[in-house]
Amino acid sequence: MNLRVDWRASVSLVGTVVKWLAVAMAFPLALAVFYGDGVTTFVASMALAVGIGWGLERLDDDPDLGAREGFLMVALTWLAVSIIGAAPYVIAGQGTVAQPVNALFESMSGFTTTGATVMGNIGFEDHSRALMMWRQQTQWLGGMGIVVLAVAILPELSVGGAQLMDAEAPGPGITKLTPRIAETARALWKLYIAITALEILLLFGLHLVGVAPNMTPYQAVAHGLTTMPTGGFSPAARSIEYFSAAVQWLIIPFMVAAGTNFALFWHAFNGDPEAFAEDNEFRFYLGVLAVFAGLVAALLFVGGTPEPTAVEPLSGNIEKALRHAVFQVVSLVTTTGYASVDFAEWGNPAQYVLFVALFVGGSAGSTGGAVKIVRWLVILRSIKRELFTTVHPEAVRPVRLGGRALDERAVRGIYAFTLLYLLIFFVAAMVVYFDAARTGMELVALDAMSAVAATLGNVGPGFGIVGPMNSYLPFPATSKLFMVFLMWIGRLEILPVLVLLTPAYWRS
Amino acid sequence: MHIIIIGAGEVGSSIAASLADTHEVVVVDMDGERVDALTYSLDVLAIQGDGTSLDTLEEAGVERTDMIIASTDRDETNLVACGTAKTVDDPFTIARVKNVDYLETWQHAEDRTAFGVDFMVCTNLLTAEDIVRVIGLPAARDVDPFVGGRVQMAEFEVGPESPVADQTVREADRFDSLTFAALLRDGDVEIPRGETVIRASDKVVVIGSPESVQGFAREIAPRETLSRNEDLVIIGGSDIGYHTARLLEERGLHPRLIEQDHERARQLAEELPDTVVMENDPTDAEFLAREHVNEADAVVAALDSDERNLLVSVLAKQLGARRTVAVVESGDYVDVFETVGVDVGVNPREVTAEEITRFTRELHTENVALIENDRAEVLEVEVDGDSILVGRPIREAVADLPEEFVIGAITRDERFVVPRGDTIIEPGDHVVAFVGRDALEAVSERL
Repeated sequence: MNLRVDWRASVSLVGTVVKWLAVAMAFPLALAVFYGDGVTTFVASMALAVGIGWGLERLDDDPDLGAREGFLMVALTWLAVSIIGAAPYVIAGQGTVAQPVNALFESMSGFTTTGATVMGNIGFEDHSRALMMWRQQTQWLGGMGIVVLAVAILPELSVGGAQLMDAEAPGPGITKLTPRIAETARALWKLYIAITALEILLLFGLHLVGVAPNMTPYQAVAHGLTTMPTGGFSPAARSIEYFSAAVQWLIIPFMVAAGTNFALFWHAFNGDPEAFAEDNEFRFYLGVLAVFAGLVAALLFVGGTPEPTAVEPLSGNIEKALRHAVFQVVSLVTTTGYASVDFAEWGNPAQYVLFVALFVGGSAGSTGGAVKIVRWLVILRSIKRELFTTVHPEAVRPVRLGGRALDERAVRGIYAFTLLYLLIFFVAAMVVYFDAARTGMELVALDAMSAVAATLGNVGPGFGIVGPMNSYLPFPATSKLFMVFLMWIGRLEILPVLVLLTPAYWRS
Repeated sequence: MHIIIIGAGEVGSSIAASLADTHEVVVVDMDGERVDALTYSLDVLAIQGDGTSLDTLEEAGVERTDMIIASTDRDETNLVACGTAKTVDDPFTIARVKNVDYLETWQHAEDRTAFGVDFMVCTNLLTAEDIVRVIGLPAARDVDPFVGGRVQMAEFEVGPESPVADQTVREADRFDSLTFAALLRDGDVEIPRGETVIRASDKVVVIGSPESVQGFAREIAPRETLSRNEDLVIIGGSDIGYHTARLLEERGLHPRLIEQDHERARQLAEELPDTVVMENDPTDAEFLAREHVNEADAVVAALDSDERNLLVSVLAKQLGARRTVAVVESGDYVDVFETVGVDVGVNPREVTAEEITRFTRELHTENVALIENDRAEVLEVEVDGDSILVGRPIREAVADLPEEFVIGAITRDERFVVPRGDTIIEPGDHVVAFVGRDALEAVSERL
């Protein structure tokens, strides 16, 4: 038994990951060279990453990760990577994101695939194309998971890799697909890369056949990099509204795929396409999307509520009502956060459906955030069991998932997580209100709650002032830092970070 | 290789731990908690299910596996699992059994494929063999034969009265065909140099010819080593106890065996002509004193429970028996036994895991012994033409390999060759080498 936490080992491995982050910066650097703008920004950031990474590595030459060190390493990796990832914004020194707090917010929002922005003026007037692409790329790196990527390429993480991935992976538990965890990590990343590449090609293909005039190669790559991680950043100020209907229709299936458990794709590629049909969670996920989208589409079609002024009216137009409803529901349920229209201007009923969608989340083992479909499914089934055993007290009924009976401890863990998630949501909304009151900021109830739900669930946009066409800029710096914390714990599913704050963790 | 291990108990987990570095390992067990624990502790794929069912085996990838190791605690389960696997494809199957009858049946078949098992390991027999080796070499904590017995590896603990305590390795090494492979100090593995000082309570791993190891044993613990063990007492007529007595008889010794159960004692007495079988409660101190167990050169505790084994070993030691060897079913207790004064704890599961691991090593690696819970290994390798060792002096070859690598012995055409810095290894030689755990992967690929 280790009587204390060997934090040096954890920090040293965090250093290794930070050092590798410099390699990821080669892509924006190449763009900077190509467009002749922002070269020094990325050279300096790379030097910083290597320097700091190397310095942290020195703490422990032969790090040996135990269970506790694993939690610490995962939590700190995300924090460290977000801090280093903020460097390009600060060094570039342009616009609102040049301020350190804003830069950290933008970087954490990127890596955690939240997509909430504090960039005041989105576009290429204020920022270099290289920096805008870095903003997209942070989401892509964070999507499948920085730690999963580290396990895939760093041999020293192979033995404790399962535990590290468990701490990072969305949803309860991980599935080892292959005997070696590093191979599982590589398989997941390969799939992720393949689907990303397919989307980029199709988006650009639409441009080539002339149905997507704004989808330039740059934009195709940029959106390919933020769809699969359920990110939601876009170099276009008005998000996906800027693109044609064809692009919006094409992005929908990719968002659905991004919110799907990647293990299912792996099984499908390995000759078991029935995996999708057999998976309870996947079926439930499609069902939830259909019901929510149907509700919103009906509300939009019937109309009678205020309409966004930027686009043609939706009421009475089946294609438009359906497209925007499906797009927005999929975007928020999967926690992507793209907007095909300013849904913050929709009427209250439709907005409320979308607000509920902020809590649903993607599937376990997807790149989505929030509570996750599988947890809701288990909760619903165990409530059904409660009702049954009220009538038949003697009945013994395990909660089943895909033909497997779930262990009662697993069910309890899911209850605990979901309650904790909601508890944190309520407390955090209070904190944001108090902070707004302290600084004299005007804040409407739904806006504040949606801001908290959207950062904690790694969704991005909310309603009102944090709507899809607005930004998180008006919040005071203290609230922004608090939301950085929310995004961080949201991405790691709370417990791996929260456990670090307990005295028991640091004592024997 | 792709290897499926059925049973994630002590044996299965230990084998999985040894093989996970170099092979793709899938472990199957019925117990969900064990499966979870393994998922996070080892880099293996753990599956919950019944290893005798085809569905589970298919989930584990039986159609593309190279080897199946059935190591559950139930003989029949292991045999059925191997047979089941053979219906799908033809992987190499290894079964662990306790019951010697199954082993005899399997050996009885000409082509050695009874039950669909390609290699059978009998826990009780292996344990008995291990006990007999340890008795034959007092002061040793662990002895393993290599190259058909022409080379021995032994681990000794240096006591405070030992003549070699506080000597340098150069002073202590007075045997021609003996190599000091390693010193184990506070759980760390050290590769000794000529000027390294041996301290009391160190453990020394030596590799050499059986005669030189015997000679070294006499030197390290002169009072304990006899030319021949005359007075041996086995307590407990369990299967292990019986086979220990039988193997000792084969060596021309006359052990005494104490068994409490009347029927069993009678049966043992019939089957063991050269053994004096006594029927009594083995924990009866007065009886032990009356039978002069205090004068025994070695007492083997082979009862059916760890607790009773501990009790009788400590009792025998208290009475004055020279050495006690106890069978310890639960691997975690071996250290506890040795701490309270039992000289050697033999864990049947560990012995079995070693035997199976040694079998599954790279194809031309022939034998393996694990040191200090896997901190190091002793390997026997038949070197071929492309080995890094071949055709140049050992001094040069070793310089290209990690530090934790020591060549302990070489045999050429069945003869023992003393390894020196200038010895040149030829293809076909058997090399017995000590390898630290960190160096294992680098070494096993290049030999």
